[in-house]
Amino acid sequence: MTTSLFGERVQRLEDPRLLTGNGRYLDDLGRDALAAAFVRSPHAHARIREINVDRALDVPGIVAIYTWEDLPERIGEPLPLLIPHPALTHGRTARPLAKDVVRHVGEPVVMVVARDRYAAEDACDRIEVEYEPLPAVVGIENAVRGEHLVHPDVPGNVGAHLVQEVPSADGRSAAEMIEAAPHRLEFRLDIERSASMPLEGRGVYARWDPDDGSLRVYSSTQTSTSVRMAIAAKLGLPLPKVEVIAPDVGGGFGVKIMHPWPEEVLIPWAARTLGREIKWTEDRREHFISSAHERGQVQYVRVGFDDDGRILGLDVTFLHDHGAYTPYGIIVPIITSTQLLGPYKPGAYRVEFSSVYTNTVIVTPYRGAGRPQGVFCMERTMDRIAAYLGKDRTEVRAANFIQPDEFPYDHRLTFQDGRPLIYDSGNYPEALRMLKELIGWDEFAKERERAAAEGRRIGIGIGCYVEGTGVGPYEGGHVQVTSDGRVHVSTGLTSQGQGHQTAFAQIAATELGVPIERVSVVTGDTRRFGYAVGTFASRAAVMSGNAIALACRKVREKALRIAADALEADPGDLTITDGIVHVKGNPSASIPLSTVAVLANPLRYAFDEEAKRATQFATAASDDKPPVAEGEEPGLEGRDYYSPVRSTFAYGMHAAIVETDPETAEIKVLRYAVVHDCGRLINPMIVDGQIHGGVAQGIGGALYERMVYDEHGQLLNASFMDFLMPYATEVPRVETAHLETPSPLNPLGIKGAGEAGVIPVSAVIASAIEDAEGIPIMKMPISPSELFHLRRTASARVG
Amino acid sequence: MGTETLYDISLTVNGVVREARVPARRLLSDCLRHDLGLTGTHVGCEHGVCGCCTVLLDGEPVRSCLTFAVSVDGHEITTIEGLAAPDGTLSAVQRAFAESHALQCGFCTPGFLCTVTALLNENPAPSDEEILEGISGNLCRCTGYQNIIKAVRRAAELSAEQERDGTGEAAPAATGAAGAPRASGATGGATGE
Repeated sequence: MTTSLFGERVQRLEDPRLLTGNGRYLDDLGRDALAAAFVRSPHAHARIREINVDRALDVPGIVAIYTWEDLPERIGEPLPLLIPHPALTHGRTARPLAKDVVRHVGEPVVMVVARDRYAAEDACDRIEVEYEPLPAVVGIENAVRGEHLVHPDVPGNVGAHLVQEVPSADGRSAAEMIEAAPHRLEFRLDIERSASMPLEGRGVYARWDPDDGSLRVYSSTQTSTSVRMAIAAKLGLPLPKVEVIAPDVGGGFGVKIMHPWPEEVLIPWAARTLGREIKWTEDRREHFISSAHERGQVQYVRVGFDDDGRILGLDVTFLHDHGAYTPYGIIVPIITSTQLLGPYKPGAYRVEFSSVYTNTVIVTPYRGAGRPQGVFCMERTMDRIAAYLGKDRTEVRAANFIQPDEFPYDHRLTFQDGRPLIYDSGNYPEALRMLKELIGWDEFAKERERAAAEGRRIGIGIGCYVEGTGVGPYEGGHVQVTSDGRVHVSTGLTSQGQGHQTAFAQIAATELGVPIERVSVVTGDTRRFGYAVGTFASRAAVMSGNAIALACRKVREKALRIAADALEADPGDLTITDGIVHVKGNPSASIPLSTVAVLANPLRYAFDEEAKRATQFATAASDDKPPVAEGEEPGLEGRDYYSPVRSTFAYGMHAAIVETDPETAEIKVLRYAVVHDCGRLINPMIVDGQIHGGVAQGIGGALYERMVYDEHGQLLNASFMDFLMPYATEVPRVETAHLETPSPLNPLGIKGAGEAGVIPVSAVIASAIEDAEGIPIMKMPISPSELFHLRRTASARVG
Repeated sequence: MGTETLYDISLTVNGVVREARVPARRLLSDCLRHDLGLTGTHVGCEHGVCGCCTVLLDGEPVRSCLTFAVSVDGHEITTIEGLAAPDGTLSAVQRAFAESHALQCGFCTPGFLCTVTALLNENPAPSDEEILEGISGNLCRCTGYQNIIKAVRRAAELSAEQERDGTGEAAPAATGAAGAPRASGATGGATGE
């Protein structure tokens, strides 16, 4: 009997390596490589007057110093705008090294290459750059005011402006629906900037082979295939002469999907120019000021609803701060604008956003990618409506849910992949029922009373979300069974800790009927698989998981065909168990997959005992047929792709109980519960781990993390001393329950899970604090001192 | 600019005497990683907050990114490469981390393993409160810590079982005490600048 490993809590195949110091992260490679370091702008906005490198030239170990003027034309041009969009009318990207003007603190100005990082930094210290400071644009509202400009040719600092409108079923606009509604509310909601902040920063290591004329680049990236194409284009190299490998990557959370970073162009270029191996490893300060942030938005809501709390019309206008450049386009605000609808179906909806330039670090997707802001918007709206009507918050949500029999549900909007926003499946009422039971929603009133009697303040909060996962266009998988019976799986997308080697091996082992120990998985190595998109948008399991399953099915079919010939049986009567092809119900009529692999590749030369069996005088092949049959290929291998018509929609509902200190306003999360539905689970242990980690990042974003810029555009908390990521002491235990509503869109019935945990946390915590305090919470994150001030303002208003 | 003065230092790393020639400012983390080739120790912030670079200095956890290599001349260091038994058998802490899914990207893991190893050496049966306190100086961005806490409990159990059965190591850690030098995954010997 074949044991299915799909759905099992299989221990990770990655772990033995990572637990013994045998992982290989970017900076673990290239021990003898030269090191690069950068002189970065100390100003948020300034004109470069002069660069003087003279004093750096006698630093021992110095190899080369480059400014923009030293770069060839193609290298020095602005970097690509990765995701163009018609609404992004004023897209601007940076050059790898600044020319004339710098637009945020941290923008690279000079690159130094030296014997090691110490020498390179010594040289950086001695390079003098004379700047003429220009007025800095900091903060969304200052940007919109347009008094000063980030780019002189972008009026009002507005890079993009987009409106989407969905009228009601009877053709009325959101504005009309709101006007006609029995009840109306209007308010503003703010979310501040945070960042992915993986513990391993970015890094690039390039090796030029002058004899071969080829380039091998390692990058701590979420997309090696696309980095490869970008490098080949920039360096003018034939694509087959460039290979890019994502080694072990110490966390991504979105920031490493951005590419090509200036360093991803400059390091390979310098390696080729100097004919030397060069490596750049980002340090923590560089990561704060030179990679990417996300989340900063100001959102205005107008909503009209009926006596049951049903939303008749919803109008959201928001401002998105995208930083100094727009290399990743406007994906984040597009996601906010579409995904804020969550599991609900408002009568009519209108959304409008402006995406604006500021003299701060660029904004690209961070886990959740615009959804946390959108969910904050919608869930706060639900709570406002419930408070206004004096209803239970879960009742108002239930009144607005899309019902299980309404799938597929078409929101009549365009999603981030350019395709219609159509939900594939889900059961929202059941998820809410499960969540209420898990957290004890209905019993909480009593709990609150008991706490109050002890002089304690506690509150309960809730947040629901829907997440479009597994966006296209495609991923592929290649599966090869070698004559030793081992199964080699490769896929082009990358891994940053999601346990892909395990989950994909589970899929392959299940599909092929082989022990998982025989399966090895390679990701993110263009030498093994050249076509891929990347790891983002909770897409890896859906995209590569299905592609690998399809490739395995091809291999299985071929194996059965060859085995059927050898066993003189019908392929339909065969199955594979434990790596052995046998006749169903007759295990003695069998042939190991290893032998099938030998037979699949007709040989002339015998290089070992196994191979001997496939040579020309050993096989009993028919004389009048070619050794490789028509339409066949040698080898027991298969390749296939999965390209979905549209995204699949996972969802979840979170609830939390918080306690606020009546004196100090300290906020403590007492309980945190998650009900989650990502379709069929491949490995529940890994999915739970993803949720735990997502919630922890959400807690960071709700209570601790923010990017503190002063009015000059200096990031004041650019270190782990001051940017407060949660330690174990700040993160609550997460209680999880799963629903498994399969996706009808893909062969495995799965949906993505990577971002789930983080999405509703700010909404949930705000909801719980508001419940504990009785004060509206309209801005996140919230610190104890902010809560303290809110209390003061509230009591002043009452008094 | 003049050339830096180099100092010859000798460290016992994972039970093996290792020599290096380093400038005074060379961080222990860089010395381990780049001079001795022991890249299992990771550097996450270089300002002593994240704990990724934690190693054991004479059995005590220290931040190797805040330690100059010259200042530990003659001392014993244990890194992640030295936690498993010489035959490759994983330590109780390492096994517990795998069983409990206490790591995802694995970048912070070396620091956690060293920290927890020291914690359990000192306190083989820590309370939940003591566990939280014990790991509260290490950042992890992937796991949300829940499974790390679980792994510490599990490691304490595994160590206790081993103690009872009299099998394997008595303590959860390889302490790097004097003994026959062994291959430890290190490559190369002393390398100068």
